[in-house]
Amino acid sequence: MSAKHDPSRQPGDPETTGHEWDGIREFNNPLPAWWLWIFYATIVWALIYTILYPAWPMLTRATPGVLGYSTRAAVAAEIERFERTNEPWFQRLVDTELAEIEADPDLNRFARSAGAAVFRAHCSQCHGAGAAGVQASGFPNLRDDDWLWGGTIEEIHLTITHGIRNETDPDARWSQMPAFGELLEREEIESLVQYVRRISAQPHDAALAEAGAELFLENCASCHGEDGEGNQALGAPTLNDAIWLYGGSEEAIRHTITYSRWGVMPAFAARLREAEIRAVAAYVHQLGGGQ
Amino acid sequence: MAILDRHKAIETHATLLLVLSFLVVSIGGIVQIAPLFYLENTIEKVEGVRPYSPLELTGRNIYIREGCYVCHSQMIRPMRDEVERYGHYSLAAESMYDHPFQWGSKRTGPDLARVGGRYSDDWHVQHFINPKSVVPESVMPPYAYLLDRMVTPQHIEDLLRTNRTVGVPYTDEMIANARADFLAQADPDRDPSGLLERYPGAQVRNFDGQPGISEMDALIAYLQMLGTLVDFSTFIPDASR
Repeated sequence: MSAKHDPSRQPGDPETTGHEWDGIREFNNPLPAWWLWIFYATIVWALIYTILYPAWPMLTRATPGVLGYSTRAAVAAEIERFERTNEPWFQRLVDTELAEIEADPDLNRFARSAGAAVFRAHCSQCHGAGAAGVQASGFPNLRDDDWLWGGTIEEIHLTITHGIRNETDPDARWSQMPAFGELLEREEIESLVQYVRRISAQPHDAALAEAGAELFLENCASCHGEDGEGNQALGAPTLNDAIWLYGGSEEAIRHTITYSRWGVMPAFAARLREAEIRAVAAYVHQLGGGQ
Repeated sequence: MAILDRHKAIETHATLLLVLSFLVVSIGGIVQIAPLFYLENTIEKVEGVRPYSPLELTGRNIYIREGCYVCHSQMIRPMRDEVERYGHYSLAAESMYDHPFQWGSKRTGPDLARVGGRYSDDWHVQHFINPKSVVPESVMPPYAYLLDRMVTPQHIEDLLRTNRTVGVPYTDEMIANARADFLAQADPDRDPSGLLERYPGAQVRNFDGQPGISEMDALIAYLQMLGTLVDFSTFIPDASR
């Protein structure tokens, strides 16, 4: 049916497209001008965009774009910008004696906030976001004044740099407690457990503990001290207080003596720069328990 | 506009419409996809990337089975905050032997592309048994049962062969020694020299600290190697890629 001779068309109606579907016809209205021009503009913009930025695939690589933009260059430039801002502070941190950082208020403020950022990214997973450690799991609390390998800022710095009992750093702090399950009888271990409970002022079996006293002097005192006061040079924990690395229950102490423990900390010298290690050492030292 | 008037011929012919639509879509697809196969900068050559060792590959399958990719990405984007937190941004070459890749799309947990060596094995074991014991605010479910489920190298040759079919360069020697390499990586009493020769940088130890090779061993072996293959102290990125 020709559109021109359509009897249903009213005067003033636009032309129809000439399509017909089951008697339904379609007006041929023009597209709104604003829509059409925006459409043309987006096509032009797309062309400009592909000229400015990397886009068209050529024989070996895509066109680089006249702006020369690349995400890699952008991130490198941004990191570089922050490096340059921080550089004088990092330099000051490296040039200042560890023990004197705290005395310099400006430097100390920088060290503590930089150290807190490093702590959150690298230390919090084991020592906890608040540095309170994980109770009875072997991840020590850093907020108290009980230190395994020493709590001066120099000692903390050394621990962070080289780590503890790791296989990657030859200068890592190192000591090894024997697994006494292979050296002592079951009853001897039991009396040692009771003796350790006694010196840590916990409920214990007095007779067994008495028997353990001599065993302790023979087997444990060389590292943990005659009174169980510990030895920071060997990372041997203090046993005569209420702070426990792996738990002070009979069960936990029995497990420690029988199988020994092997707490590992990575060396951060390969992951962090010297200034960052110094910053986080200052942060940890000032958490409350630093010596 | 005589040519436009002829579109009726297409519109009223369903088969022709289908064939021509397919043609148009194909051209669009080819223009987008085909250059990726020949452009030099799609995958840059990077030293150190090697196929996964049999145990790592087994751990990777456990990673996929448990849906770890739903909450963890393996893709460090080139942005300052990500580079400072996770390390060097990921390179395409680092996942070139991943079938399928584990880039993920959502981070409920942290990115794992460079988690290797960041934590001790003990930490991983404890974290899998109960994530909240080491990260109190964690919403990760516990995976303690991985310790009880033992893995055997029963189908390991098939697994390597399947990967070879889709393009991972496992050699005949690697496939022939797959069982031995699988057992050697988690058992300090076996000789790991063959394994280390075939898979440089593979870490050999009893990962979960208990006898036998459990799914925990395999998964931790996989996690501990993630992102450790490329030496970034000698790698100089081409900025234009």
